[in-house]
Amino acid sequence: MKITEKEVRYIADLANLNLSDEEVRDYQANLEEILGYVEKLKELDTRGVEPMSHVLFEGSETSTLRVDEPKASFSADQALVNAPLAGAGHFKVPLVIER
Amino acid sequence: MEDYRSLTVDQIRSGLEQKKFSAAELAQEALRLGREANEACGAFLHFSPERAAAAAKRVDASLAAGEPLGPLAGVPIAVKDVIMTEGLRNTCGSKILEEFTAPYSATAIKQIEEAGAVIIGKTNCDEFAMGSSNENSAFYPVRNPAAPDRVPGGSSGGSAAAVAGGFTPISLGSDTGGSIRQPASFCGVVGVLPTYGRVSRYGLVAFASSLDHIGPFSRTVKDSAQVMNVIAGRDPMDSTSAEAAVDDYVGALDGNVKGMKIGVPKEYFEGGLNDQVAARVEAGLETLRKLGCETVEVSMPHTEYAVAAYYLICTAEASANLARYDGVRYSRRSEESETLGDMYRNSRHEGFGKEVTRRIILGTYVLSSGYYDAYYRKAQKTRTLITKDFRDAFEKVDALVTPVCPTPAFKLGEKTADPLEMYLSDIYTITASLAGVAGISVPCGKTSEGLPVGMQILTGHFEEAKMLKLADAFEKAGGFSA
Repeated sequence: MKITEKEVRYIADLANLNLSDEEVRDYQANLEEILGYVEKLKELDTRGVEPMSHVLFEGSETSTLRVDEPKASFSADQALVNAPLAGAGHFKVPLVIER
Repeated sequence: MEDYRSLTVDQIRSGLEQKKFSAAELAQEALRLGREANEACGAFLHFSPERAAAAAKRVDASLAAGEPLGPLAGVPIAVKDVIMTEGLRNTCGSKILEEFTAPYSATAIKQIEEAGAVIIGKTNCDEFAMGSSNENSAFYPVRNPAAPDRVPGGSSGGSAAAVAGGFTPISLGSDTGGSIRQPASFCGVVGVLPTYGRVSRYGLVAFASSLDHIGPFSRTVKDSAQVMNVIAGRDPMDSTSAEAAVDDYVGALDGNVKGMKIGVPKEYFEGGLNDQVAARVEAGLETLRKLGCETVEVSMPHTEYAVAAYYLICTAEASANLARYDGVRYSRRSEESETLGDMYRNSRHEGFGKEVTRRIILGTYVLSSGYYDAYYRKAQKTRTLITKDFRDAFEKVDALVTPVCPTPAFKLGEKTADPLEMYLSDIYTITASLAGVAGISVPCGKTSEGLPVGMQILTGHFEEAKMLKLADAFEKAGGFSA
């Protein structure tokens, strides 16, 4: 399995991660090794096998959903407790749109 | 309190009732021992003396007033730092959450505190529970109390070490691919993986949501059963928690295992299994036969594909779950960023460690356009086949017995250079994780170097009572309680 540095940079970009050149090389090597290993799944014939996304897949899909009614939740103050920067009841972020 | 390190939940209760000690004294002793050992052992990331004192005071007041005590009254407990406890920091072993304070408590935390347990601190772990040695903690590693040059296992290494070191009789950890069972095996304590959905995940910081579980560590099987009695059950706050009826896990421990059929999957005894680990598990099987169990060889033909399927699924889920750490809402923010995009990228780069970054990259790759079917979808289909292996086996046998890990605890630094080698060491635990069945690691002796070895017992969905009963009978027959 061949992975290029360009692909690693593209993936890191999708995941919103900055990587140094050295890190790109490291993760490229890791990714190649790990994806090389998982190639062994190709040996398995999975035609007609349902994919499993969840453990308890038997039973109706909505059996554990609660009635859709409003319930008490966090106040804005509580939700902002761990914000690195907050003000006037909001999360503050760097400039997004020019004034 | 000279016998503190060996106290069980039952002994704590009778000691409290007989006024041998108070809950406050127990909490102080737990804090003293944990703190004194922490520089050398590293099991704890932070302590919670105020919360412990308040909880102990409630128990002592109930006792003085002659009120009934909860099932875990006065029991000092250590909690992995991925399980949120209102008002306490919750770092997940990561720099990105170094300053994060939990705004609410996990359901399991509410339950154990209502049962009278006394939380004395939060334990060290691999960053976001990603690792098999605890060496991925952003803060410091944990040393195995049984052998300080060795790892305690991971990712719940601190919780395993807290019990093995005698700081607390019980701890809570989390298990996604073996993160309770493997450190239990390495440290010589009991560690339980409940069935997926048996214990609420509400308040457990998500790593891979279809695989994450909360479960207990303890020195005896019965003490884990005591915790399971408190934390098992449906929780409206976790839509994946199950409606299935909850058994009395303590009441199930009647020692009557005669005639139980134990499957021994041959695929778990091949290849890289260490001779001494194999010998200890074989001896464990002999003990079970002496107890009247019948052992039969079974085959789990898809076992060899489990590591590949697991690391595709768990990284895919992790890449989605960890997208929330953006430097805006509840995490560290990089200071040198002019635009919002730069701020996201810099905050995540500065906040996440190497293994977490590696898994986010791998997970993003396998979910990305053009690769989804070849990797993620293929892994999900493989998961179906692995689950079918378990279903087929449990039609023939009551339980499966296997090693927990191919080797005993390895040395610090021994495997850090090769991530794939570290992943491969999870082979015996991740199959049960993928299938969502119940599992336990119970001590089954030591190697010639004195390193603990665990034996894994697996049962079908919601069959914890049978599993704990078997483990309890084994423990009593083998005398391997630490």
